[in-house]
Amino acid sequence: MKYLLAALAVSMTASAASAQSCPSWQSGDLTLTNAWSRATIGPARPAVFYVEIANAGSVDDSLTAISTPLAEMPMLHETVVTDGVATMPHVSDIPVPAGSTVSLAPGGFHGMLMGLTAALAEGESFPMTLIFERSGEVTIDVGIAAYAARGPACQPDDS
Amino acid sequence: MLRLSRIQKALWIAAILASFVFAILKSGLWSEETPPTIESADFLPQFSLPDSSGKLRDSEEFRGRWLLVFFGFTNCPDVCPTTLAEAAQVLDDLGPQAASVQPVFISIDPERDLALGIDDYTAAFHSQILGLAGSPTATQAAADSFRIYFSREDDENAPDGYTMSHSPGLFLVAPDGQWLRQFAYGTSATEILADLKERF
Repeated sequence: MKYLLAALAVSMTASAASAQSCPSWQSGDLTLTNAWSRATIGPARPAVFYVEIANAGSVDDSLTAISTPLAEMPMLHETVVTDGVATMPHVSDIPVPAGSTVSLAPGGFHGMLMGLTAALAEGESFPMTLIFERSGEVTIDVGIAAYAARGPACQPDDS
Repeated sequence: MLRLSRIQKALWIAAILASFVFAILKSGLWSEETPPTIESADFLPQFSLPDSSGKLRDSEEFRGRWLLVFFGFTNCPDVCPTTLAEAAQVLDDLGPQAASVQPVFISIDPERDLALGIDDYTAAFHSQILGLAGSPTATQAAADSFRIYFSREDDENAPDGYTMSHSPGLFLVAPDGQWLRQFAYGTSATEILADLKERF
């Protein structure tokens, strides 16, 4: 997997022609897109991180951790609703099986960003490093949508 | 021989009947108890909790309007913003009719939410949402009257070492104060809007 680590020079493939569409990032067989978060009121409450990860390869991978200068304690969580009660357990990793797409999205897997070093302001963005078991580290740029956003501010790339 | 065969037949029939009876009893079909359903309105949803100015707000004062109630906590990064965002969308889409709907956010984590401030949180979603946070006793009483569950869970990986598990739905109360229904977590603004418009 050394060659994958060598591919850590992440290529940003956002098309300059359509500034509105969500950028995507590639690392090895993985494509990351639709990264977004919501603005926060001050730095006291945790922020959220959502992204879509596609694994075009033939080998399973998994997201094991996230890291950002914006949060001292970023963690992977999953919202689970069982018998009408929502809990939000910490997950040690999020599987990204070969040939499939995994979404960190409202109501499911998400990054919970605790210990914010600054408030998240709508319209701005912040760097987020995702650490994968096989593909290594990928750093992406996460756009901050409104407090009450139901999806990314950019146009999701459904291709 | 014939006699023996009749006894055998009778025994077989008895055995088959017995297994039927057993199966029916076991299945609970004969039981008079029906499982409790949250949609059946044999309870009265109520609250009496202070708003951020300390003024006590009672469910009675909203008679004549529809109440859209959510129990949550402001430290919740996924479920609560997602649901409040849907509720805000419903209010926007209702237009002038939104005046007949009072959305209420009841904190199930009142101590921390009072420290963090609840109004700036609700206002971030929609100016019409009323945020309430009171004593643990009054909070529990409100939750009980809505037949909803919440619990504090110790979690070393959460801020302040704990998080809250809770019923994440939106609850609809009629202008006469009667329970109407819940919109389960994940119900889209479009569906909620369609339901409300049918009732107006």
